[in-house]
Amino acid sequence: MSLEVQQLTKVYGQQKAVNNVSFSVREGEIVGFLGPNGAGKSTTMKIATTYIPPTAGSIRVGGFDVQNEPLKARRVTGYLPEHNPLYLDMYVREYLQFAARIAGLSSSRTKERVNEMIVLCGLALEQNKKIESLSKGYRQRVGLAQALIHDPNVLILDEPTSGLDPNQLVEIRKLIKTVSKDKTVIFSTHIMQEVKALCDRVVVINKGEIVANDSLDSLLKNQQGHIIFLAEFEGEVLLADLKSIEGVLNADQVDKSKFKLTAKEGIDIRPTIFRFAADKQLSLIGLKQEESSLEAIFKELTTSTV
Amino acid sequence: MIQIFKKEFNSFLNSLIAYIVIGVFLIAIGLLTWVFPATSVLDYGYADLDSLFSFGPYVFIFLIPAITMKSFAEEKKLGTLELLFTRPVTDLEIILGKFLAAFALVIISLLPTITYYYSVYQLGNPVGNIDTPGAIGSFIGLMLLGGVFCTIGILASALTSNQIVAFILSAFLCFIFYNGFDSFSSIPVFGQQALFIRQLGILFHYESISRGLIDSRDLLYFFSVATFMVLLTKLTIGSRQWK
Repeated sequence: MSLEVQQLTKVYGQQKAVNNVSFSVREGEIVGFLGPNGAGKSTTMKIATTYIPPTAGSIRVGGFDVQNEPLKARRVTGYLPEHNPLYLDMYVREYLQFAARIAGLSSSRTKERVNEMIVLCGLALEQNKKIESLSKGYRQRVGLAQALIHDPNVLILDEPTSGLDPNQLVEIRKLIKTVSKDKTVIFSTHIMQEVKALCDRVVVINKGEIVANDSLDSLLKNQQGHIIFLAEFEGEVLLADLKSIEGVLNADQVDKSKFKLTAKEGIDIRPTIFRFAADKQLSLIGLKQEESSLEAIFKELTTSTV
Repeated sequence: MIQIFKKEFNSFLNSLIAYIVIGVFLIAIGLLTWVFPATSVLDYGYADLDSLFSFGPYVFIFLIPAITMKSFAEEKKLGTLELLFTRPVTDLEIILGKFLAAFALVIISLLPTITYYYSVYQLGNPVGNIDTPGAIGSFIGLMLLGGVFCTIGILASALTSNQIVAFILSAFLCFIFYNGFDSFSSIPVFGQQALFIRQLGILFHYESISRGLIDSRDLLYFFSVATFMVLLTKLTIGSRQWK
């Protein structure tokens, strides 16, 4: 059971929302689907869940083609749409029962699964409340419980953690991690920490095209080009002086005495900076290498390719 | 389909819509039939239920769009329709589930008016002097008409994500289908075609059934219009799958 996207293209009017995208997710794998807003993440997911048809190309979910066998594909898919739509006037338990029954579970199995989901998603105290009275974090859990109720093989989650506070974020991530064993999971996000916490692999999409499809580690490795240093001096320093240091590609002033120095490729500029400070009779009170962060990768991947 | 039906019907009960619809229908029709002198059976002097059956459709023209206006429009606005469309149910099952829930509510609101028949039956002089086949036919006619109105309302609701637009559109369409064709046909320019145009409207067939003669042509008419509306609805919500 897996998800295979093959040469998927979706055109809205004149605009290509998704352009010849191919990737696949194996069973037991959690893949983060990344990209800036409007990159085509939701569109791809909507096609994968049979909500809208592709213009060209195909998606197979759990071996079923979403266009030729939509009902079978739907049966093995759990879906949490963007913004987590819920029937606000229903009670939590009632809603989960409905979700289970409509997914085709028998009434005895429904009872069983609803109870399991209430425990798993931590909804025990909220199960007899109306959904409209729940906080955002709990609504998100209800949304996830709904997506998981029929024990689907493929989980498609569209921004499952948007708008949550840090505590809820951690809880929802933990929940996704627990339930995702032996399932194929793809979730979209634009939060890089999330990818770090959850994913085996990232697929980065920008303007409808895939710009990266790799594990996080190898993405980080490839990012070692320009190392950025943060230097802090005591006293006044001229920006122009810093720029003229050998090996410094660029310098930015962060505040009065803090500077961001970008080194030329392959050069460690720390000794030079130290000597520079000594020459100018300045005290260097801080010098640290900025970690080549996930955000930087994201930024590079999604702005450089146009 | 059963699941959708249950969910929809429960949502009528939970949101008070059911009680309001039943209450308003019964109060309105009760006032027209028994209290307001201009239309009351008591003042009229004849033991029949004409006021119930001639005003019932007009009450339905306002009430049924109110029942059906949220069926698709609200789900579109909330986004829950996306969830429903990605579950292993067909579009037709969703439409029929929603239709049956609305139709069930209409029938339930109609049921208590059977007591009116009993009352008028007792009030007749001599007792029982009432056109029973006519009353039965009218009840069936009113039910079929309610069903057709439900399909019209659901179509209107599928066309928009705004409930007020859905309400106004379906009230208008219900009116046109009930009365509009009939009034159109009275424009003198149609000549030979006048009868044909009259037959396109609900009123012609409703009156025909109300006489107590349940004609297969009239039944066929109601079923055809309802099926036509359901198919149009299916086309409307299926349009998301167009490339």
